[in-house]
Amino acid sequence: MTMTLTHALLQRCAQGWLTVGAALGAALAGAAAHASVNDLPGGPAVRQLDLHPPMSAIAQQQQTLHYIMLVICLVIFVGVFGVMFYSILKHRKSVGHKAANFHESVTVEIAWTVVPLLIVIGMGAMATRTVVAMKDTSNADLTIKATGYQWKWGYDYLKGEGEGIAFLSTLDAAHRQMSSSGKPEGDNYLLKVDNPLVVPVDRKVRIVTTANDVIHAWMVPSLGVKQDAIPGFVRDTWFRANKTGDFYGQCAELCGKEHAYMPIHVKVVSHADYAAWVTLKLKEKAALADDPTKEWKLEELIARGEKVYAANCVACHRPDGKGVGTIKSLDGSAIVLNDPAQQVKILLNGAANGAMPAWKQLSDTEIAAVTTFTKNSWSNKTGKLVQPAEIVAARK
Amino acid sequence: MSAVLDHPGAPDDAHDHGHPHGWRRWVYATNHKDIGTMYLLFSFSMFMVGGVLALGIRAELFQPGLQFVNPELFNQLTTMHGLIMVFGAIMPAFVGFANWMIPLQIGAADMAFARMNNLSFWLLVPAALMLAGSFFMPGGAPAAGWTLYAPLTLQMGPSMDAAIFALHIMGASSIMGSINIVVTILNMRAPGMTLMKMPLFCWTWLITAYLLIAVMPVLAGAITMTLTDRHFGTNFFNPAGGGDPVMYQHIFWFFGHPEVYIMILPAFGIISAIIPAFARKRLFGYTSMVYATASIAILSFIVWAHHMYTTGMPVTGQLFFMYATMLIAVPTGVKIFNWIATMWRGSMTFETPMLFSVGFIFVFTMGGFTGLILAMAPIDIQLQDTYYVVAHFHYVLVAGSLYGLFAGYYYWAPKWTGVMYIETRGKIHFWGSLIFFNLTFFPMHFLGLAGMPRRYADYPMQFADFNAVATIGAFGFGLMQVYFFVFVVIPMMRGKGEPAPQKPWEGAEGLEWEVPSPAPWHTFETPPRLNASATRVVG
Repeated sequence: MTMTLTHALLQRCAQGWLTVGAALGAALAGAAAHASVNDLPGGPAVRQLDLHPPMSAIAQQQQTLHYIMLVICLVIFVGVFGVMFYSILKHRKSVGHKAANFHESVTVEIAWTVVPLLIVIGMGAMATRTVVAMKDTSNADLTIKATGYQWKWGYDYLKGEGEGIAFLSTLDAAHRQMSSSGKPEGDNYLLKVDNPLVVPVDRKVRIVTTANDVIHAWMVPSLGVKQDAIPGFVRDTWFRANKTGDFYGQCAELCGKEHAYMPIHVKVVSHADYAAWVTLKLKEKAALADDPTKEWKLEELIARGEKVYAANCVACHRPDGKGVGTIKSLDGSAIVLNDPAQQVKILLNGAANGAMPAWKQLSDTEIAAVTTFTKNSWSNKTGKLVQPAEIVAARK
Repeated sequence: MSAVLDHPGAPDDAHDHGHPHGWRRWVYATNHKDIGTMYLLFSFSMFMVGGVLALGIRAELFQPGLQFVNPELFNQLTTMHGLIMVFGAIMPAFVGFANWMIPLQIGAADMAFARMNNLSFWLLVPAALMLAGSFFMPGGAPAAGWTLYAPLTLQMGPSMDAAIFALHIMGASSIMGSINIVVTILNMRAPGMTLMKMPLFCWTWLITAYLLIAVMPVLAGAITMTLTDRHFGTNFFNPAGGGDPVMYQHIFWFFGHPEVYIMILPAFGIISAIIPAFARKRLFGYTSMVYATASIAILSFIVWAHHMYTTGMPVTGQLFFMYATMLIAVPTGVKIFNWIATMWRGSMTFETPMLFSVGFIFVFTMGGFTGLILAMAPIDIQLQDTYYVVAHFHYVLVAGSLYGLFAGYYYWAPKWTGVMYIETRGKIHFWGSLIFFNLTFFPMHFLGLAGMPRRYADYPMQFADFNAVATIGAFGFGLMQVYFFVFVVIPMMRGKGEPAPQKPWEGAEGLEWEVPSPAPWHTFETPPRLNASATRVVG
């Protein structure tokens, strides 16, 4: 109830200011002859007066705390300066006011020490919960390392869905060019990057920051995060975006001449979109490593497959390929020996209700290699091989 | 004739034989009044240099896109603006006031160490020349921000070393000045001037001097480690060699936070002299004012890491520094309340010193509120390193320290020069400064809330309008200070104007009003006998 009231009050004030701002802005439009610009959703708004609309619980709490502080300060301001300006108006020589002669009172001094003390204790208590929540980076669904470079950001997906994805995020060169030429335009001026950071909505994302050269700071106002990225050290912060959309921030610690040109763009997407993006990125990554159209020789493919097997399969299917318990044996398996299409299908999609997981995040070459490896190991001596091109076909 | 620059006035001519004349009077100066004058002129020159740099910043930020300077030069401008204003303008200006007023207020003949006083002033000049000259060194001036954070400082050119050397010299100057002030106040008070009867300006400076002695060596340590990291193979702050850049921040802010109180406490003292004078009523709560000042000074040593919430402190650290920081609001509030209680039921007039004092209380308190908001760690996460912080510290440093200095100038300059300033001009200076100040810095709160980072040479288009307003305000503010120098200071220095009476202000109290205007070159050569309240000379 109080919050709604506070909110309404502040909105009223903000509207007043907006009118003033709009008038001033209009007056200035001629002077500062720049192209017209609109609000950037998830980024700054034109003549924005308040914090960004909060898109995470933490940002929401920050905004609420800020409103409460504004109201407290406003009340004190009106009280204290009401008294001062009353005195200035009434207790002046020009209206014939004679000076009184009091100059101390222990009671009053104690009162105006204790009351402010109580007020700040209240403020401190109010903020504590949020501080503790902000610092609690445990149990994250997804951990991403953000590395500050002069002058770009590097992102490594360390843990969770998308693990292994890594890319750099750099300001669009055209924007840097516009800046130098002094002719900026566009609602996302200086905020457009080549590769935004993509994260799923409603998941706890832990951002681990570090830097390569000097201190940078990773900031996204809508999500309520700002964390210095310090070379030689790792620090962390977290957010859980409660809406999909694009959210923007900029480097917030002086890092050299291009400090203003290393923006942050976080793209919050639905879970399905995120999964699709992850698949795409992992495929791209794998594709970068191996050309799936390459024709492999048997020995090469077996050697490669042995590594893939050791990295992914050996935990369940065992080094001898015989499995254990409900884990099927690959050694002597009919599918492995005689049905390559079915084997590839299982590898791509999983089997036994997920007891055998889907391995589609592996590259075409890796799947081809591991398939070939199983067909030519242990007692399986088929001499057959599966080329990556067949996997490409099977994925369609 | 000019009282400040001309040969010292008539009444004391008999004592003047043998003291140096012409340029020697200034270079060999040991007289506290001459040294005070030099400090004030020096700091005003630095204020103008720092102001021009600020206008360079604001000109570039008038519109989005780069128009006047490249980002390298922009970072040099912000860095040098900060360093020059803090170490060249505000701090020496208060030392100038201390030199002029402390001996006069406590009934002493001069500062305790007259020759060291000369040295502490004359060290500043080469230091300032070296600092300002760093613009012409290869690679330009330092561009790592006035806080000189490692490891960015390790990437700077040779000018970084020049700046470090300059800061060392300025630090030495400050320490010498502080020792001088402490010894003068503790040993040279006239009989009857007990500590608890001393004017608050002396009290605030005594406490400030201790702060300076405590923290200037800490700054010296931090920048010396930076220097050895740069050239002598150490790795204090260099992560590539296992050093810790965050440790630099801890050391720097252990200096830096007391430093901001060093820049405001003497202003509190000036305001505490002026409000009672123009309310024609004794200062309310003298004792609590002294205790509040001391509390602020002590607390200033345990709050430094509130500048570092975003470095990633443990949760307990963040909570401790948040609580400690908010505590400072209590003694600061006490001071504000005492001033208002002094005004309450007084018989006030509003000459320029009083206008600047009331302006000080009003605008400084707004800076105090934003300080309280920034102290809240969760909100600070949004506002750290944005324009909100820029707005906050300019509200306390410009509307605080600088307005305190202006108030003090209008209050005491008649005593220094022997002539009155022209009241209308003082009022124009005040209202012009107040309006343009708010035009410059108030919109920066909005920019900061909207997330515009500080130290940015260029910014997204949405921030354009408030930046344009701020730039217009900044140029107006700069113009008002030129007006002040040309139309207020220069005429007074040349002795043009109505002669000042011994005590130009009806309600003023204190020993400085017991000597003629202009104050003779030598005052209180024999300790004066004082009345019970130590405000008047008797017999």
